[in-house]
Amino acid sequence: MESRAKILQALSKKFTDSPAPLPEVKVFPPVAGEPVDKFEFILRGIGGRTVRVNSYSEINDFIAKEYTSNARIISLVKEVSGSAITPDIDPHTFENVDLVILQPHFGVAENGAAWITSDRMGDRALPFISQHIALVITTDSILHNMHEAYDRIGNTNQPFGTFIAGPSKTADIEQSLVLGAHGPKSMTVFLLSVNR
Amino acid sequence: MEQKIYDHAVLADKFNKDASRVDWHDKTLWFIREKRDKAAWQIAEWEELRETASQVKNNVLDNLHDYLLEFEKQAQQNGVTVHWAANAEEHNRIVHAIIKEHGVSDIVKSKSMLTEECHLNEYLQQQGITVVDTDLGERIVQLAGEPPSHIVLPCIHWKKEEIGELFHQHLGTPKGNADPQFLTAAAREHLRQRFMTSRVAITGVNFAVAETGEVVVCTNEGNADLGVQLAEVHIACMGIEKIIPQRKHLGIFLRLLARSATGQPVTTYSSHFRKPRPGQAMHIVLVDNGRSERLQQESFRNALKCIRCGACMNTCPVYRRSGGHSYQYAIAGPIGSILAPGLDMKQHADLPFASTLCGSCSNVCPVKINIHEQLYEWRQVLVKSGHVSPVKKAGISGMAAVLERPGIYKFSGAVGRWFMKYIPVLVNNKLNPWYKQREMPAVPRQSFNEWYRQNRKQNGKQS
Repeated sequence: MESRAKILQALSKKFTDSPAPLPEVKVFPPVAGEPVDKFEFILRGIGGRTVRVNSYSEINDFIAKEYTSNARIISLVKEVSGSAITPDIDPHTFENVDLVILQPHFGVAENGAAWITSDRMGDRALPFISQHIALVITTDSILHNMHEAYDRIGNTNQPFGTFIAGPSKTADIEQSLVLGAHGPKSMTVFLLSVNR
Repeated sequence: MEQKIYDHAVLADKFNKDASRVDWHDKTLWFIREKRDKAAWQIAEWEELRETASQVKNNVLDNLHDYLLEFEKQAQQNGVTVHWAANAEEHNRIVHAIIKEHGVSDIVKSKSMLTEECHLNEYLQQQGITVVDTDLGERIVQLAGEPPSHIVLPCIHWKKEEIGELFHQHLGTPKGNADPQFLTAAAREHLRQRFMTSRVAITGVNFAVAETGEVVVCTNEGNADLGVQLAEVHIACMGIEKIIPQRKHLGIFLRLLARSATGQPVTTYSSHFRKPRPGQAMHIVLVDNGRSERLQQESFRNALKCIRCGACMNTCPVYRRSGGHSYQYAIAGPIGSILAPGLDMKQHADLPFASTLCGSCSNVCPVKINIHEQLYEWRQVLVKSGHVSPVKKAGISGMAAVLERPGIYKFSGAVGRWFMKYIPVLVNNKLNPWYKQREMPAVPRQSFNEWYRQNRKQNGKQS
């Protein structure tokens, strides 16, 4: 622990007579328009796909049309069909998962991201190892911006959480955008309308 | 650290031998700068965000001692082992010890500029550990035996045909196939195998939250996440300046980071690692490596506010036309040129001179680091400390001698004009670096001073 003491000692020296105060984080006014429209626009711009639905059965129909019965589909959304997972399973066994369906807490209009925590992932590897990913977000749970997002997250204490904004991608080869770098090759967000 | 053989100017010269390639490099990076502008202009409060981010980082630098202790306490409560490394060597030893403890010889690593700064890969390879960089761009330069040339776009200097050839040699893809889609798919296959078999994953850290002890890692490819979630051990390596006070500050920094870097609204993944997976061990290595010393230097300390977005490189006219490798430091471009001499002044004395001081870097910096002013300050420090070449020093002293004396200034101006008019070869030759790639303008008949005096007389105005 010698280095710890050494570093802390060096840092405990007074650098300035008037240390910079921590600024207030202002509340910025949301941009005009329906957040769900903006979310859809932005997400499509970064390679995601959105599908507006009115019921879970529409989601099931949509998936049934795109995947054969041989596909390995895992659903963590109880209203959407797919196999469940057994706890404490080795995450490497998900390597052949074709589609995972998850329900994030909310979406963010300004950047097309969705916030999901480990308690909703089944296994933390699933959102990343699956060949494709689908999310179910209700239209009333799209926030305007990242400040609102962290307000909503507050001091919840989840072991792991992530913002996911579209399919995994890279532009490392001559700036050509390729979807499907290491994670899912596609992301579909089902925007489920709710009667307010 | 090996001594530099060539300085930035020499390597930039080499890079400039292939004019069409330089043009291509220049335009590619400028295109990214333009994407950044478009993204920034869509946010009405962009300038306020920059200002707030800057103030938060100032607060962090002034209170780093307390924030680090808070972070350590929280991380430990989360079940994470926290290590402290005074320098690069200690960092490398700590990481190696963890890998050894788990009896592992093959590991995966996602992008981390800190591990580049510490030369971790070379160290681990010497210890018999195989490190696979999993970011596609980093994997490409790793296969080629090169360091990254850009912190966000590691192989921005590579053409797709060259990558096709590299993959043909190393991954067995068909010769002549240079389709980015195809090559990315081949890399995906190749790296999946590594993800499936690696028991240790190293990641960098974009932000470490003192309040919660969590670390946030941003990627587009998902390589950090895939590596960590399939491994038994997660080692996150970070410089001590990566701390931010509270979770809510992530709202500011995540809005700025990707927009500044590539013009994206946010990276595909912004992952918050707080506690290890059940059965997994998580380690965080806090690295000083000259940072605490840098904090004592009033003029240069705020370079530590950097969030590694790379915007200053994409905008820099010198970086765009000299390439990342000519800087010979893990972090190239304007920010690298003020960070590197802080680590080793003698070794990196050439870098603060690799700039036109145009200030574009400072204008795009999301945390408002006064990069061009620091470049200028470094030049003064370097000259005073005797770390510039005798030729440059003679030039600077000569210029100072002339500029300090109006009489000599006027006389030498007239002499210069005479020579340029009648014996231009004395100026327009290879020995004069100012003439390189430039046509000299036509020589004016008289100096401004002479013209002014003459015209004022003719117009009969009083002084």
